[in-house]
Amino acid sequence: MSQTTEPTASAVAAGEPATFPPRRRKKTNRGPIWLRPRFLISGTIVALMLLMAAFPQLFAGFGSDPNANCNVMETNQAPSSEHIFGVDIQGCDYYTNVIYGARASILVGIVVTAISFVVAAILGALAGYFGGWVDVIISRACDMAFGLPFILAAIVVLQLFSERTVWTVIFALALFNWPGGVRFMRSSVMEVRNREYVQASMLLGASKTRIIKSHIIPNSLTPLLVLQTLGVGGVISAEAGLTFIGIGLTPPSVSWGLQLAAARDYISAAPHLLVFPALFLTLTVLGFVLFGEALRDEFDPKGK
Amino acid sequence: MLGYTIRRIGQMIPVVIGATFLIYALTFLMPGDPIAALTGARPLPESTVAQIRQAYHLDDPFLVQYGNYMWGLLHGNFGIDFFGRPVLGLILERLPTTFALALTAWVLKLVIGLAIGVYGGLRHGRAGDHFALVFTVVFLGVPGFVIALGAQTVFGVQLGWVNPAGISAGWPMAFILPALVMAFEAAAGLARLTRTSLVGVLRSEYMRTARAKGLSPRRVIWGHALRNAMIPVVTYLGLSLAGMLGGAVIIEAIFNIPGIGGLMVTSINNKEGTIVVGIATMLVLVYLFFNLLVDLLYGVIDPRVRV
Repeated sequence: MSQTTEPTASAVAAGEPATFPPRRRKKTNRGPIWLRPRFLISGTIVALMLLMAAFPQLFAGFGSDPNANCNVMETNQAPSSEHIFGVDIQGCDYYTNVIYGARASILVGIVVTAISFVVAAILGALAGYFGGWVDVIISRACDMAFGLPFILAAIVVLQLFSERTVWTVIFALALFNWPGGVRFMRSSVMEVRNREYVQASMLLGASKTRIIKSHIIPNSLTPLLVLQTLGVGGVISAEAGLTFIGIGLTPPSVSWGLQLAAARDYISAAPHLLVFPALFLTLTVLGFVLFGEALRDEFDPKGK
Repeated sequence: MLGYTIRRIGQMIPVVIGATFLIYALTFLMPGDPIAALTGARPLPESTVAQIRQAYHLDDPFLVQYGNYMWGLLHGNFGIDFFGRPVLGLILERLPTTFALALTAWVLKLVIGLAIGVYGGLRHGRAGDHFALVFTVVFLGVPGFVIALGAQTVFGVQLGWVNPAGISAGWPMAFILPALVMAFEAAAGLARLTRTSLVGVLRSEYMRTARAKGLSPRRVIWGHALRNAMIPVVTYLGLSLAGMLGGAVIIEAIFNIPGIGGLMVTSINNKEGTIVVGIATMLVLVYLFFNLLVDLLYGVIDPRVRV
């Protein structure tokens, strides 16, 4: 829906010169979005990371296992032609471990964001469309969840569990990640609801279901989706940070946060243990942030 | 203005109650027996256990415990931990360190973020602006604790410019590196907001009017554009100071700074629920206080809000 109406608006917002002092406006044909460098690069990173999370075997070799073929005698060996990322403390191939670490981060990022998206879409639409006491209850609940700083709240929840898997972390982060989305959805639904064409279709006797289905949802869901995409990077880095200080994932899981935490004790003896997971983590978060921004500039020119 | 202030405080009360209730309920659910954690290997006699449970009201129903806690809180009493130390004292002992860190980081962020944001906004669409954007993307995209680890390794361990951890060097030397890391991470958001806001203001009609009246570009920018562009920025700045207190937890753990973040992590490991609840409650109160302050300040800057 919005793709067909957006191009002119997004061209204005996506980096044209300011009109102060008023200047000529360059008219450029920027071509389809998937050919622009930022989208292309970040999209490739995101696609690669998703693939890595889903099928680590594609990258680490079939039949490989992060815990197989470990040789403690080779502990902390620097990168070599045999082990291109070196060897970790237990003497396992670090490249395989780093590749398998993608799954936890990506899973947490995507699932937490998806949950927030669904909750925000439903609660925000209810609050924005019906207003009144529904709005009051939902908005106050948002205020309460907002009253707790995100990282702090996640820590309070995570400490309840002594053994924390990916799903525990997802639960803790999802519990406090939704209020921003709900507020956004609420205001965007309110705005759409008051537009003339919606009022017109109300006057024409369209049912509530029809108005919500064919006007409200298409016009407010895309911006919300884009906003949530922007948040994936933040969730991934929150997970890694919490895991790093020992409050996130716990050992049998394989994750970049855990690898970084373990590498800390060997900073000067084996810097490669720190460099590779940090590099992958940074690349992933950066990829998702850039991807989200490219999408936002395309679909939601106002958010820029 | 007074009515507005009272209304804002009134709106805060349910939020305080809801947030503390949430924290208290979550900690109440914490598995494990705090008394078992207290004694170590040797089990206590039944009667002593009963005595302790009685003294700390552990056998009361949850709502009664919560009510007691809130009643104490109203009198400025955060309870005592299982070693008999008042929790408020423990927190207040650590709070100055965390405040020093958060405030240093906040000021650094203010300077870096505003400078980059204003520069990018004034040079919108030109090379300087693109440079500013690249800066913000890098600092938004690279996780803060990765920057922290990198900075600690390079400046603390390899170059030896500052102590890699601890606060024995005192303020400012011990705080400069962690504060800079926090500042850069947060400055990116601030720079973006400032830039966007400034670009929006520069495009507005009244800027054209001001130029048409014959004001010099300098007067227009300093007197009109920046002043109006700062309205959303002030809100963000106030909220972020409180947010930085929460964010300091991870940075404190990395740089081994004995602030409330460190206290929180040790209390979690020792199952000291009272301290965890105390810290979280304290931070929530501080956070809401800053929220209120920002809202009131907002009314001063932008008279349209005071209706």
